[in-house]
Amino acid sequence: MPNTILKTESLTFSYPAEGAPKSVLQGIDLEIEAGTFVAVLGHNGSGKSTLAKHMNAILLPSGGKVYVSGMDTADESKLLDIRRTVGMVFQNPDNQIVANVVEEDCAFGPENLGVPPAEIRQRVNEALAAVGMYDHRGHAPHLLSGGQKQRIAIAGVLAMKPKCVVLDEPTAMLDPIGRREVLETIRTLNRESGVTVVLITHHMDEAAQADRLIVMSGGKVIADGVPKEVFQHVEELKAAGLTVPGTVALLWELRQAGLDLPLDALSDEECAQALYQILR
Amino acid sequence: MALKDITLGQFFPGNSFLHKLDPRCKLLLVVFFIVSLFVAKNAAGYGLMLAVLLICILASKVGFKAILRGMKPIFFIVVFTAVLNLLYTPGTGTPLVEFWIFHIYWEGVRTAIFMVFRIMMLISCTFLLTYTTSPILLTDALESLLGPLKTLHMPIHELAMMMSIALRFIPTLIEETDKIMAAQKARGADFESGGLVQKAKSLIPLLVPLFISAFRRADELAVAMECRCYHGGEGRTRMRQLKYAFRDYIALALGLGLCAAVFYLNTLGIF
Repeated sequence: MPNTILKTESLTFSYPAEGAPKSVLQGIDLEIEAGTFVAVLGHNGSGKSTLAKHMNAILLPSGGKVYVSGMDTADESKLLDIRRTVGMVFQNPDNQIVANVVEEDCAFGPENLGVPPAEIRQRVNEALAAVGMYDHRGHAPHLLSGGQKQRIAIAGVLAMKPKCVVLDEPTAMLDPIGRREVLETIRTLNRESGVTVVLITHHMDEAAQADRLIVMSGGKVIADGVPKEVFQHVEELKAAGLTVPGTVALLWELRQAGLDLPLDALSDEECAQALYQILR
Repeated sequence: MALKDITLGQFFPGNSFLHKLDPRCKLLLVVFFIVSLFVAKNAAGYGLMLAVLLICILASKVGFKAILRGMKPIFFIVVFTAVLNLLYTPGTGTPLVEFWIFHIYWEGVRTAIFMVFRIMMLISCTFLLTYTTSPILLTDALESLLGPLKTLHMPIHELAMMMSIALRFIPTLIEETDKIMAAQKARGADFESGGLVQKAKSLIPLLVPLFISAFRRADELAVAMECRCYHGGEGRTRMRQLKYAFRDYIALALGLGLCAAVFYLNTLGIF
């Protein structure tokens, strides 16, 4: 495993509760390769956010192990190294912005790491340029839109130069325009800077854009593979409380009605092509 | 309720001499000015300081209006202090006015006038500081000036961090308050009518959700800060470095000069 950045070994986790502890993760074995774009899909309560919080030692496993670039997250002496390797972006942009000027906020991470001032300036400029917010560097964050705020939160993480960024439902509180901006940013980040991206989401269309799709339900991984393949297990996804993308749903319904159609059409064009083939 | 009228820590961006001064220098100058205010004993000293203050206000280009607006909330305190001083300062000569149990002496009039000037100048100079200095620079300056106290294990970095986070969340919480108010009004809450007690009671359905959400925000912010490797002030660097320039030394020298001048004027028996 030369290129594995994140690895979990029979990871279990339960929240301490009165009486019986509530089990959230029930034995998860995953390996995430460096440089990939992975989406983790799941219904509310499937354990996907809890899994995300294990990836940079916000939560520690109740059982099993989590390794970040070979470092055990339970090792407290490696905590800073782990967190600078795996950056984390949360749902609500308002609650992760620390300073009242955009560039100040972006500098927060590198300042904590003790980077020299001149280099911080350079990193901040690069990070803000990478998310397309350089022109807003002097603005107050509370005057920006949700999508812009979330991009600043991403820039704040990028300024620490992480190898991997975990985003926990970053678009859940955004309008459609904001969602598109943020997704666009995430994709360019992965493609152009080679940053490993783990996107936690419950939106099918966001998950469909990833290289690899992991579906979770009831604290377990129920499907893992290329999105096109995973979405073919329509019944299993429905049982997990998830819907499939509209195109796949249409083809699946037609297939149930007895037509011989493939299920691997994720874009509208592919779907139209498949329908055209059968109508011809 | 006029939430948008809060002038606390309001900053007017600008490019004047005062705006460009190092924030640490400005903080020290305000301290000098306040010390001089409390040292001054006669009209000459007050006159000199008033002149300096007026020049500074003019130079800052924030306008007298902004300063006067900030003065409004303390108007009552000024009048109250003036009246008390006027009525209760014991004098030596014959009273100017006598009525009921009060005797107003010349000394009373003099102290009252000085008091009014002292309070108004005190407020004006602090407003001038916050109007011409961005809140971030101000907290930076505080952290830097109080830095030596860290050796006594005083949590100076933590204080400065708390201040800057509080400033960051003021607009967010104001926005939230407006939202909660609208939601409660939509469900029939009444924040305007009734007496003082009634009004205070009507704030409860506003404050409870506000507090709960503030705690939730604090929790999330703490996790987000930890994720960005925050581990206290140790080993932390800053992107923006404060640097004293030539003009700061000049300003500090002038400030010290003002202090000395006031001390000197006290020894002269003018007025």
